[in-house]
Amino acid sequence: MTSLAQRIDPRIRTAFSAAALAAGMVGLGFASVPLYDLFCRVTGFGGTTMKATEAQANTAAAQQTGRVVSVRFDSNVRNGLPWSFRPERPRETLSVGARDMMIFIAKNESSVPVTGTATFNVTPSAAGRHFSKIQCFCFTEQTLQPGQEMRMPVVYFVNPAMLDDPNARDIQEITLSYTFFPVDEAPAGS
Amino acid sequence: MTDIAATAPADLHGHAHAHDDHDDKPGFFVRWFMSTNHKDIGTLYLLFAIVAGIIGGALSGMMRLELAEAGIQYLPGWASMLGGESTDTAGKHFWNVMITAHGLIMVFFMVMPAMIGGFGNWFVPLMIGAPDMAFPRMNNVSFWLTFVAFLLLVGSMFVPGGAGGLGAGTGWTVYAPLSTSGSTGPAVDMAIFSLHLAGAASILGAINFITTIFNMRAPGMTLHKMPLFVWSVLVTAFLLLLALPVLAAAITMLLADRNFGAAFFDAAGGGDPVLYQHLFWFFGHPEVYIMILPGFGIVSQIVATFSRKPVFGYLGMAYAMVAIGVVGFVVWAHHMFTVGMSVNLKMYFTAATMVIAVPTGIKIFSWLATMWGGSISFKTPMVWSLGFIFMFTVGGVTGVVLANGGVDQNLHDTYYVVAHFHYVLSLGAVFALFAGFYYWLPKMSGRMYSEFLGQLHFWVFFVGVNVMFFPQHFLGQQGMPRRYPDYTAAYEYWHNISSWGYAIMAVGMLFFFLNMAYTFLLGKQAGDNPWGEGATTLEWTLSSPPPFHQFNTLPKIS
Repeated sequence: MTSLAQRIDPRIRTAFSAAALAAGMVGLGFASVPLYDLFCRVTGFGGTTMKATEAQANTAAAQQTGRVVSVRFDSNVRNGLPWSFRPERPRETLSVGARDMMIFIAKNESSVPVTGTATFNVTPSAAGRHFSKIQCFCFTEQTLQPGQEMRMPVVYFVNPAMLDDPNARDIQEITLSYTFFPVDEAPAGS
Repeated sequence: MTDIAATAPADLHGHAHAHDDHDDKPGFFVRWFMSTNHKDIGTLYLLFAIVAGIIGGALSGMMRLELAEAGIQYLPGWASMLGGESTDTAGKHFWNVMITAHGLIMVFFMVMPAMIGGFGNWFVPLMIGAPDMAFPRMNNVSFWLTFVAFLLLVGSMFVPGGAGGLGAGTGWTVYAPLSTSGSTGPAVDMAIFSLHLAGAASILGAINFITTIFNMRAPGMTLHKMPLFVWSVLVTAFLLLLALPVLAAAITMLLADRNFGAAFFDAAGGGDPVLYQHLFWFFGHPEVYIMILPGFGIVSQIVATFSRKPVFGYLGMAYAMVAIGVVGFVVWAHHMFTVGMSVNLKMYFTAATMVIAVPTGIKIFSWLATMWGGSISFKTPMVWSLGFIFMFTVGGVTGVVLANGGVDQNLHDTYYVVAHFHYVLSLGAVFALFAGFYYWLPKMSGRMYSEFLGQLHFWVFFVGVNVMFFPQHFLGQQGMPRRYPDYTAAYEYWHNISSWGYAIMAVGMLFFFLNMAYTFLLGKQAGDNPWGEGATTLEWTLSSPPPFHQFNTLPKIS
């Protein structure tokens, strides 16, 4: 009897290589979740907006060319979240590069405290990588007491780099959309 | 052990070869339920695929019956017959269940088991001069996993699936959120488990084929001397190995979203339903090549055999399949042009998709060049192969049309797409299956089928499927969406003709079953090689049917 270490059957070797390939693909399948998220945040894919610092906002403000763009605000509430949710004004016209703020008003219409969290994107999706937010209520969960009304600011600017992007430079109007979802009281698995 | 001959039809004529194989064939139960013999497992897969094909085909017949006229005629009745309510909603849900089951059954339980499990198991070892598959017991595990997966899928049609009806009504793509928050009840979970098991079975099978082909070729059988069918199974096995695990990951995440409060594909929790589509089609596009590549291999063998010429451009044919397999992994998003993509991304996926037409064209032209100047005999396997080439070319042309991101914006999810993929799969893959079945039936059973019934089967089936699917191009261009049980009366004309096409095709299938009965009851002895000098691969050097254990001394290939 020869021991396995001395002479591994080449068939076993091939089979294990093939199995390793399959296992690797399972891993890639699951790894695609964080990778896709990262990809969207880096490239603005699907209208994912960017986060910016004060310094970046100041740089952008210095590059204004006088070109204006209008920004429309869209607000939605998922079924099951007893909130009203609207922007203070439906649209805003601003210079590309200029910093602007919009107030969104959310009110809890129910008699119990409710926590919500918002998802967001912009259309056209090519504008996503040029739409930068310095401050946003959507970065954190919000809890509203019964009947409480909250004014939530979004501070944003449109990056002048948009004017050099052949896919986005013709954009005249950007729609920023928010949808508030209820946050489960006891999230499973945590 | 005297009962073997009575229970196994393949043994009825075994005495003719009794002198050269003193095989110790196991008893009926051990032979067919615990089988480790690649030929027996291949036979099991083929029988399984035929049964699944009858069920999947019957479902499409019910759908064509419902679609023959505008309005909803039968659905609520059928829903109540299966134990659901007799309401309009339950009827419409049952429609969704039928399209889902038809798609999944035909893909996972008819085409794949027949092509890979059936013909692959039977003929890969024979063609490379190997005594059996590398891992015979794993081969058995693959088959029974597939069997259980099929039971789970069929069983899912009888448990609650949400929307007031029974069964999983998600479409074969199982898109979220319809498959997560949109479908309550255990039916979708069962269907997902079924896909898990079928996927695991196929991955094990793929490992088995790769190991067999890489390590168990007879002396002198280099990779570049392997028959093209073996090449096609090798490429297919790699596609299975790379694509199926991604599906497994995606549907596992679906289960987590459904049952454990995860939000991989739920925007409310920060997920993205479009990610599921990316994952599904990263699997789904290679999957269509998984279904068609073995068909390419089968047709290559048959065209060469019945033209009495070696196949034209052997290396080009082999590497065209490799190229199709490789490029097939980078074109997936052409299935989702309408999810909102930038123009650049659409341009890439359009161009990459069209590139696949190049290696495919190499194959079509090489088949034609193989026939050119050959001594062609139009036997049943050959006419099925010619039918395959015709159908696949028609479906390939509409595929190039659909590859255009701009055009697809209009044709996405219409009957034009339905016509396209039925031309390449339902007709392409199925014609290749029938071609292979008639080609190898004499080898597998030892008996000849009726040439007359085979030709009749071909011509009636050919007319039927074309009458059924060609008008669907018109419906699609006029805007008829797929997956709808009802439509405006304006679409009735071509829908009606399409349903008559189904009836013609069904008559053609009667001749197939008649032919099978004829073969096993009255078929003449086939002899070792019924196809003459054109049949040059190793399986024709063996008896028909081959001995239970073949190549005890390995053949040498010069």
